[in-house]
Amino acid sequence: MSLIDLAAVSFAYGRSRKVLHDIDLRIEAGRNLGIVGESGSGKTTILRLLLGLARPTSGRIAFRGEPLDPRDRLFMRGFRRSVQAVFQDPYSSLDPRQKVADIIAEPLRSLNVDTDIDAAVAEALASVDLPSGAAGRYPHEFSGGQRQRIAIARAIVSQPELVLADEVVSALDLTTRIRIVDLLKSLSERTTLVLVSHDIGFVALLCQDLVILEKGRIVEQGSARNILSAPKHPYTQRLLESTPRLPDFT
Amino acid sequence: MADLLNIENLTIHHARQPLVSGVSLSLAAGERVGLIGESGSGKSLTALAAIGLLPEGMTASGSVLLAGQQVIGAAERDIVGFRGTAVATIFQEPLTALDPLMRIGDQIAEVLRRRARRDGRSVSRADVANEVLALMARVALPDPTRLARAYPHEMSGGQRQRAAIAMALASRPSLLIADEPTTALDVTTQAEVLKLLETLVREENMGLLFISHDLPVVGAAVDRVLVLRAGELVEEGQIAEVFGRPRHPYTQGLVEAARAFDHAIGAAL
Repeated sequence: MSLIDLAAVSFAYGRSRKVLHDIDLRIEAGRNLGIVGESGSGKTTILRLLLGLARPTSGRIAFRGEPLDPRDRLFMRGFRRSVQAVFQDPYSSLDPRQKVADIIAEPLRSLNVDTDIDAAVAEALASVDLPSGAAGRYPHEFSGGQRQRIAIARAIVSQPELVLADEVVSALDLTTRIRIVDLLKSLSERTTLVLVSHDIGFVALLCQDLVILEKGRIVEQGSARNILSAPKHPYTQRLLESTPRLPDFT
Repeated sequence: MADLLNIENLTIHHARQPLVSGVSLSLAAGERVGLIGESGSGKSLTALAAIGLLPEGMTASGSVLLAGQQVIGAAERDIVGFRGTAVATIFQEPLTALDPLMRIGDQIAEVLRRRARRDGRSVSRADVANEVLALMARVALPDPTRLARAYPHEMSGGQRQRAAIAMALASRPSLLIADEPTTALDVTTQAEVLKLLETLVREENMGLLFISHDLPVVGAAVDRVLVLRAGELVEEGQIAEVFGRPRHPYTQGLVEAARAFDHAIGAAL
């Protein structure tokens, strides 16, 4: 089943140069999608379009077959509950003046979800392996990795079908990074992930499908296995060749 | 041959709390040494202590010999001459090293003129201009004549880091300290800058102290590596030893994590 479809989507900021050209992509339930590109490739703009934070200059975006229209408030309420996001910087994305419980409960409150909020928060905290006592504390009491867990708890509290994650491990240390990967892997058993990242290794650990972006165009898309084992486009080949890896010393 | 840098039992305190404890390392001409560790491991502080630039409020003890000169406890005027002669440093964010209001060519020229003054040479304006262009070509900046007139904001991230490297080279240092020099760059640009550093260090027979959190990047840049954790040295050795047969559990964890990402894309190669 397709969750979000982009058809011939282009985007320009104001009247300046286009940053996205003719993007066709489909996000299917149960298949994690990785959107990989370097700076200026347009990956953040795609994410804004997928979140309904911007409207395409041309082309169509549909959520479950219905046009995604940020002006349709009723439609957007259902959309927000189904599609949540996690951002790169766990320091700026959490309100320092709110307790963790209130931060996590925010989507439930703003979307008027009729549920036992305390129970939902406790369940979300347990899902990201944070102790229940975390609920009464403030963000500054947590490390970067723990903050990213709080941000993930907030994203999953409304039980969305889709979680969009923008460079979620880029600001984290390697050992923390691998633990967040494990967490995302267990979450993806119940929700579909779209990972936007410059890091093809991170994306490859979690995604069945890949989209490779270069300068606002999709240069290659398909199953991660095919693209990684036989990249067709010269840019994908260069990206893979440039990614440093540890030599095999055995 | 005397070491370019010899650190013995370096300890750094801030408000009586130790941030780095008992770190020792030595580096000779032509040697490439890496310092790896996660945030808060003390790798950047160790490098700053080596050039006598620790932030205010921090105190260092132990011994740091930079080109034979003791840095710890030395007066600023005694070590200022070493920076840019015995040692040059490039940082993660080239914008912090570049003056936003000065053309790139002029910034490189300033270093060249300072070097000439130091050596007691007089140089003509034309000589300096020619050497600026030669250095820019040396770090593979495209169209040096045009870019020499550019301001930092008119250049890409990779070009700025190349310009910062050109400035570091302009002072002909015997030791280059590179602190996360490619972390802010895209992977394709990172690969180019790493290759450039390797060539320059080999051809100029410089010593290289390369600091990074990224194991594969360090593996590509150096021959010997030291692993820091919470201010302490946990393991050191040749790259093949430390990454191939890590002994300390912390290093084992790092290598295992790095390999997990490698394996995910490894099918391709």
